[in-house]
Amino acid sequence: MQRKLLFEHIDTEGIQTFDVYRSKGGYSSVEKALKTMSPDEVVEEVKRSGLRGRGGAGFPTGMKWGFLAKPEGVPRYLVCNADESEPGTFKDRYLMEHIPHLLIEGMITSSYALGANTSYIYVRGEFFYVIRILERAIEEAYKNGWLGKNIQGSGFDHDIYVHPGAGAYICGEETALLESLEGKRGNPRIKPPFPAVKGLYGCPTVVNNVETIAAVCSIVNDGGAAYADIGVGRSTGTKLISASGHINKPGVYEIELGLPVEEFIYSDAFCGGILNGKALKAVVAGGSSVPILPAELILKTAEGEPRLMSYESLADGGFATGTMLGSGGFIVMDESASVVHNLYTFTRFYHHESCGQCSPCREGTGWMEKILHKILEGNGTMEDIDLLWDVQSKIEGNTICPLGDAAAWPVASAIRHFRHEFEEYVKHPARHQQINFYDHCHNLASATT
Amino acid sequence: MFKVTIDGIEVEIPEGSTILEAARKIGPEVAPPTMCYYSSLETSGGYCRTCLVEVTKGSEKDPRPMPKLVPACRTQAMDGMVVTNELSARVKEARAGVTEFLLFNHPLDCPVCDQAGECHLQDLSYEHGKYKTRTDFERRTFEKIDIGDKISLHMNRCILCYRCVKVADQLTDNRVHGVLNRGDHAEISTYIKEAIDNDFSGNMIDVCPVGALTDRTFRFKSRVWFTKPMDAHRDCEKCSGKVVLWYKGDDVLRVTGRKDTWGEVEEFICNTCRFDKKKTSDWTIEGVRDISRHSVISANKYKKLVKPNEFTLNDIKALPE
Repeated sequence: MQRKLLFEHIDTEGIQTFDVYRSKGGYSSVEKALKTMSPDEVVEEVKRSGLRGRGGAGFPTGMKWGFLAKPEGVPRYLVCNADESEPGTFKDRYLMEHIPHLLIEGMITSSYALGANTSYIYVRGEFFYVIRILERAIEEAYKNGWLGKNIQGSGFDHDIYVHPGAGAYICGEETALLESLEGKRGNPRIKPPFPAVKGLYGCPTVVNNVETIAAVCSIVNDGGAAYADIGVGRSTGTKLISASGHINKPGVYEIELGLPVEEFIYSDAFCGGILNGKALKAVVAGGSSVPILPAELILKTAEGEPRLMSYESLADGGFATGTMLGSGGFIVMDESASVVHNLYTFTRFYHHESCGQCSPCREGTGWMEKILHKILEGNGTMEDIDLLWDVQSKIEGNTICPLGDAAAWPVASAIRHFRHEFEEYVKHPARHQQINFYDHCHNLASATT
Repeated sequence: MFKVTIDGIEVEIPEGSTILEAARKIGPEVAPPTMCYYSSLETSGGYCRTCLVEVTKGSEKDPRPMPKLVPACRTQAMDGMVVTNELSARVKEARAGVTEFLLFNHPLDCPVCDQAGECHLQDLSYEHGKYKTRTDFERRTFEKIDIGDKISLHMNRCILCYRCVKVADQLTDNRVHGVLNRGDHAEISTYIKEAIDNDFSGNMIDVCPVGALTDRTFRFKSRVWFTKPMDAHRDCEKCSGKVVLWYKGDDVLRVTGRKDTWGEVEEFICNTCRFDKKKTSDWTIEGVRDISRHSVISANKYKKLVKPNEFTLNDIKALPE
C-alpha cells in the first residue's frame, strides 16, 4: 500500500477551509516547530529526511537551506516557486487548489527554520483562481493566529504575500523569478552570486518549489528519519506525478519514490494502462524538458534492470539511455503518436518562452523550431536532421540559465532514440502528415471526458 | 595578487578580477572576443556568450575543472586558475556556434550599413565564424521606429547586448528606452514612441557593437575606411572634450569618442561635442589617431605600413629535380 503524506486528506470534504484542515491535524508542524524545536533543529530534520527539490533539479533541500547566508541585520526571505509552467506538469496547481493550507503551513514552518519573517508565493499568472484560493487561506490563517505577529504566542512573526506572475515560463527559473518579484523584467541573473547569498532585494533568499515546502510539514511532524524510510536510496519520500497523455487515468498521483515505472503506467491504482489498449511508444518522464525515452528504455534500464520512479533510476545510463525525474510531468505516448510532431510542439514552446537575453537560446530555439517546421511541412532533408543535432549541441550548456538545456535535451533525445522516425518523415512526408496532430489531440480529449 | 594561467601564459592580477581582465592584461592574443561586455559599464556582459572559456583547473585550493564553459567576463579568476581559450577545441566550437547564432537573424546588409569596417560582429564572424551559411530561413524583422533626429535605430541589426540600455541607466538621468518583448522578438525600443534626447545619449552609438544604432548626422556620408581619424579636444563644460574627428578631405564628417584596443570608449563624450561641433575651428587638433594596422580603417593611410620586400624575377628558383 502506498503511503500518502501530502494528499492524505485531499478527498476530505471542505479541506480547503481552515477549520476542516485544522481538525485533520493541520498546522501541527508549526505548533511542534515553534514550541519544541529550534530553527537549526528543523533544518537538521530536513537534512536527515533527504528531501530533494521537487521543482525539477532535485537538489537536496536541507543542503540548500544550509547554504543560506546569515549576516547580521539583514532580512532573509523564503520564496515559494509556484510558477508551474512546464508542459506536462500540473501537480503544484492541484495541491494549491485542493489543499492550500498545506502550503501555508509548510511556508510558516520553513520560514521559521530559515529565520525569515516575510515570505512570498510567486504564482503563475494563469492560475488566477488559485491566487484567490491562496489569499482566502492566508486570510483564514491570519484570523486564527497562524500568521502575523507573535504566532501562537511563540514570539515568531511571519507574513506571507501572494504575487501573481505575468505568464512567462522563464519566471520559474529562480533568479528570473526574483527579478520579476522585484518588479523588473524577468531575466535570469548571472550566477554567482547565488540567491542564498544575494537573492530577493539583495538579501539571502531560499527559493523552493510548492511540493518541497509542503513536504516539510510531514518531515517536521513525523521526523526526518520516518520520511527517509520511504523511497529508495537517495530518493526519499513521496512525489507528486502529473500523468498525462495516452493513458486511461490521467491525473496527479502521489507515489512513493521507487515505484516501478511499469507498475505506474499499467496498474489500475495509477495510470491504468494505455488508452484503447494500444502499445506504449515513448514516455517523457519529468516534464517537457527532460529527454524522451522509448518504451523499452523507460520500462527497463540499459542493463535490463526494471526502471523505478526515482531520481537515480530514471537517470541511470546518463542521457544516452536515461532521463530525469524532473518535476514529475509524466507524458505517455502510444504507438500512434508522432515523436516529430511532439518535438515540434515542445520546441515551439521553448522558442516562444526564451527570454532573449543570451544568444544561443534566443537564436537557437528559433532555429530549431524552423527546421522542425520545415520537416513537418514536407520540405526536410537528411542534412536537416544533422543540423538540428548540431544546433542543439551548441545551445546545451552554453546559456545563462537552464532554459537553453531544457530546449536542447528533448531535441537531442528525440533524434538519439527516434532518428528513424525523422528519416521516415523526411522520405515520405505525405504518409505522416495524414496522422493529423490536432485530430489526435481531439480524439484524446473526447476519449477521456 | 592572484596568479592565473591563460593558454599557458601566466599573469598576476589583483583579487576580484575576472578571467577576461586577466586575459586582457596578457594581450589580444589570448583575450576572448566580447560583444556585450563593456569595462566601463557595470553589470554588462554575460549575455552574448562569445567569451566562453574552459577552466581546466578551478584554483590552487580546489583544482577541479569547471564542467561547463564559463563566460570570461563574468567569472572571477581564482588563485592558481588555469584557463584555456584559443587552445581549447571545445571553446572554439562553442564560439563558432555563438557566432552562427548571432548571425542567424542578423541581416547581411554590410554593403549599406554605416557600421561596416568598425563592426565587432564583422570581426567576430571573420575570426570565428563559418565561411558558409547553413540557413536559408527568412530573418526576423521589426517595424522601424524613430528615436530622434540624431540617432538612428535599425533594430533588425541588433544583437541584444544591452549595452545601450546600460549606458542610459548609468550615464544619463532618465532612461526612456529598454528591451521590450521576449526571445528573438525582443527589441530595443522606447515604450511610447519617444525620442531619446539627453546630453549623453550619443554614447549609445559608440557602445553599439553592430550597426543597430548609428549617427544620423553621418548616415551614408562615407564608408568609414575612406575617412581619416584625427585626435582632437576642446574645452567642454559637460565632458572631457577628448574626441576623434573623422575627416574626409577638409570636412569633419563625424565625431566619436576615443576607442581603446578593445574597441571600448575611453571617455564618454556629450552630444554637443558629438553632433554640433563639426568645424575644424571648434577643435584643437592633436594629430593622427593611431588605428590598429589590422583594421580596414587603416588601409592606405599610414606611413607606419611596412612596405613589403620588392619581388624580383631573380627570386624565382628552379625546382630541384
